[in-house]
Amino acid sequence: MTTFETVIGLEVHAQLKTKTKIFCSCSTEFGKPPNTNTCEVCLGLPGVLPVLNRKAVEFAIKAGLATHCSIQRKSVFARKNYFYPDLPKGYQISQYELPICLKGYLDIEFDGQKKRVGLTRIHMEEDAGKLNHDFGSSDVSHVDLNRACTPLIEIVSEPDMRGPKEASAYLRRLRDILVYLDICDGNMEEGSFRCDANVSIRPVGQEKFGTRCELKNMNSFRNVERAIEYEVKRQEALILDGGKVVQETRTWNADKGISESMRSKEEANDYRYFPDPDLLPLIVEDAWVEELRKQQPELPVEKSERFAKDYGIPPYDAEVLTADKAVAQHWEEAVKAAQGTEPKKVSNLYMTHLLKLQKDIPETFERITSSIVAEVLKMTEDGQISLGMAKEILDEVAASGKAVKLIVEEKGMVQVSDTGAIEKVVDQVLADNPKNLADFRGGKDKLFGFFVGQTMKALGGKANPKVVNDILMKKLKG
Amino acid sequence: MELHHLTLSQAAEKLRKKEVSSVELTQNSLKRIESLDPKVGAYLTVTADSALTQAKAIDAKIASGEKLPELSGLPFSLKDIFLTKGIKTTCASKILHNFIPPYTATSAQKLFDQGIVLTGKLNMDEFAMGSSTETSAFQQTKNPWDLSRTPGGSSGGSSAAVAAGLCYGALGTDTGGSIRQPAALTGIVGLKPTYGRVSRFGVIAFASSLDQVGPMTKDVRDCALVLNAIAGYDDRDSTSFKTAVPDYTQSLKKDCKGLKIGVPKEYFIPGTDPEIDAAVRKALETYKELGAEIHEVSLPHTEYAVPTYYILAPAEASSNLARYDGIRYGHRAEGAKDLLDLYVRSRSEGFGAEVKRRIMLGTYVLSAGYYDAYYLKAQKVRTLIRRDFEEAFKKVDVLVTPTSPSHAFKLGEKTDDPIQMYLSDIFTINVNLAGLPGMSLPCGMSAGKLPIGMQLIAGSFQEEKIFHAAYAYEQATQWHQMRAPL
Repeated sequence: MTTFETVIGLEVHAQLKTKTKIFCSCSTEFGKPPNTNTCEVCLGLPGVLPVLNRKAVEFAIKAGLATHCSIQRKSVFARKNYFYPDLPKGYQISQYELPICLKGYLDIEFDGQKKRVGLTRIHMEEDAGKLNHDFGSSDVSHVDLNRACTPLIEIVSEPDMRGPKEASAYLRRLRDILVYLDICDGNMEEGSFRCDANVSIRPVGQEKFGTRCELKNMNSFRNVERAIEYEVKRQEALILDGGKVVQETRTWNADKGISESMRSKEEANDYRYFPDPDLLPLIVEDAWVEELRKQQPELPVEKSERFAKDYGIPPYDAEVLTADKAVAQHWEEAVKAAQGTEPKKVSNLYMTHLLKLQKDIPETFERITSSIVAEVLKMTEDGQISLGMAKEILDEVAASGKAVKLIVEEKGMVQVSDTGAIEKVVDQVLADNPKNLADFRGGKDKLFGFFVGQTMKALGGKANPKVVNDILMKKLKG
Repeated sequence: MELHHLTLSQAAEKLRKKEVSSVELTQNSLKRIESLDPKVGAYLTVTADSALTQAKAIDAKIASGEKLPELSGLPFSLKDIFLTKGIKTTCASKILHNFIPPYTATSAQKLFDQGIVLTGKLNMDEFAMGSSTETSAFQQTKNPWDLSRTPGGSSGGSSAAVAAGLCYGALGTDTGGSIRQPAALTGIVGLKPTYGRVSRFGVIAFASSLDQVGPMTKDVRDCALVLNAIAGYDDRDSTSFKTAVPDYTQSLKKDCKGLKIGVPKEYFIPGTDPEIDAAVRKALETYKELGAEIHEVSLPHTEYAVPTYYILAPAEASSNLARYDGIRYGHRAEGAKDLLDLYVRSRSEGFGAEVKRRIMLGTYVLSAGYYDAYYLKAQKVRTLIRRDFEEAFKKVDVLVTPTSPSHAFKLGEKTDDPIQMYLSDIFTINVNLAGLPGMSLPCGMSAGKLPIGMQLIAGSFQEEKIFHAAYAYEQATQWHQMRAPL
């Protein structure tokens, strides 16, 4: 039986976080009442002209630099002509033949493997508006042009990915970078980071690409994987059945778990691209690029490598901690504040507790500042509280924002380290459990944990575990 | 002299001397529109009430001794392609028959800031596509010199209104000759400035890389005054230039010593009416007498101008006119059965035949598979045409040519033959393709009492040279004093 290889190329549309639109000065704020963030320009009234937003160009250059693209000195905006009610001018202004960034790459990791995915280009364009068909009447649609003219970059990859996991690893990495650069929200559900996938298959060993289908409407990483998996199976079944893949655009239906044909190649629009005569060619001076290159922040991969190297934490921890720029910064500040505490211990607290806590309570990292983390960790180091108590305190801070000291007082969280008091309790525990004591002394080492548990229980969980262990060890051996 | 025969400058002078008030000038213009425009057909909209209100406000300022700009208080009109806030702007198309703009074009606003009194919006070819104003969806405009003839186009409402003394000046737009040809056919002065000299913001686009706004006036000084007011960079038009705006009235000099005039041989061809050819040659004699040097030059790619233009202009137009889709404003067809039907019917009903022809031409030349052969090739030819001029301007200061190969033709004469109509712009189109300034000014009168215009062309942002040459010629001749017999 023929085995097939999957070939995937991705086109990502990322909405740029500029304050104003790409060709007019309307706000890009999300969630405003329909058609309130509009003016004569983005409404496409007669006589209007576009004026390019310099910030949008800056963001596109930043994206290009972070993905190792060559920034083009001259790029040209073209008109992509087609009719649709969400497109007020009857054309979309987009870069076509001469985009702002060419030939870059992204290094990704998946299933423990490393891989370099090529980027064909990054170009700038304006977004369209939105149609709303949900007003109860089937023959009326409403047009909201708040989003029209919002800046986008389209990032086009080479057909370098060979499976759904690679594709989602690429997407995550790309999104992390754009979020790090602070140029895109990266929100797939809200549509500020959208992905189309070109998928084809070919028999292993064959050089020529198979006929591809374009998948649209995948609004989460999970759906991108699912849609590609489905598409690969569909194409395999088709070919094995003696059929042929037809070049077409397909839309992913997440509820049904299938993709459906939208339009074939023949039905595709002839967009009649030509340079927009209302905009001069965009000339990017080298000095500007160099200035932006200098401002470029540390990106997730670099940061992760540095964390592993400088702080001696496992690469996996470093990657998880650096996925979110804010978390990475929070962690690094905590490590610095908690001098004397091993970075690995700090990392453990984030990995096992704080990141989960953040999912439940979004304000977690605002309320638990880096210095609070350091303070609490120091208390455990000093033996004042147990690690369990530390987590309890942090939970409370995240939930209520109360001061650490207050929580400690309220809960009476003072760890007992008084050897005399602990010895008394241990003596009592041993006296109460003569059989277990005999078994332990007969070689049942595992019973050590039982005695620890009994002792801690008797002390209301407030004993310093290290002191308890030492005393027990001494007394158990007799 | 009767009030309506005054130039802008003369009327301004009288106003300054308080021999007349703005209200009197305005009332006089409105009265003249009322009595004559039913014959001429220049106005699509007359803004009588707001004009009188404006005029009163100006008079009040004058009375209070306030120092006002030179154009203040003078009745002025705009081609109906300029957006005017709150005043219907149709581009002479059914598809915009009900469109009331929420903003004002930069060039119009600059004139309002100077205090001009807007008396109305002028007829034109639909979307400026035409050379006779006959493609207007609403009415025909007649040439004040002979009411059976065209006032030219597309700014035919503007040329007719100025020539008939219905207003003291008007703005037009020129994509392939739409200011200069109607100026020539009605015996007035019309200037198409350098591309980028005047903002296009708020001017309904026909062909964006060719469109330019310009003055249409009774004489050269008026033209300079209006250009002074409208020229300059606009941060809402990326194609406008930051080049400083001189005071163009400073270029109005009477002698031409040392001025080098080029005569492009390709513009003196057998197809031109012999009276026009003779009139322009006679003008060259006048220039010699004024001290100018005359040199023959060659613009070898001239013959490709018309075909090049009729690829590029429709290509841009097909895209520019896509926004008239019946969705947000303008004409929407009743009872469409689905989205496509709504588009097809709204646009089929809303656009006239010439506009549809150009949309189809433009759509065709931009289509996949044809783009390289037509659009791209035309762009290359455009570059060659531009270089022809650059070469010529290394040797001379201005070029002198006829503006139009014929006098004002009879209404209906060319409406069935688009190619003949397109050839009316044979001498003006090149100037748009090269982005240069060009002016038409009166230089004669035919035996049949129809005005003849000559064209002056200069290098990029060299409008001053045109004003110099034009004013010297004008002052040496009487043609600018001719008034249409109305």
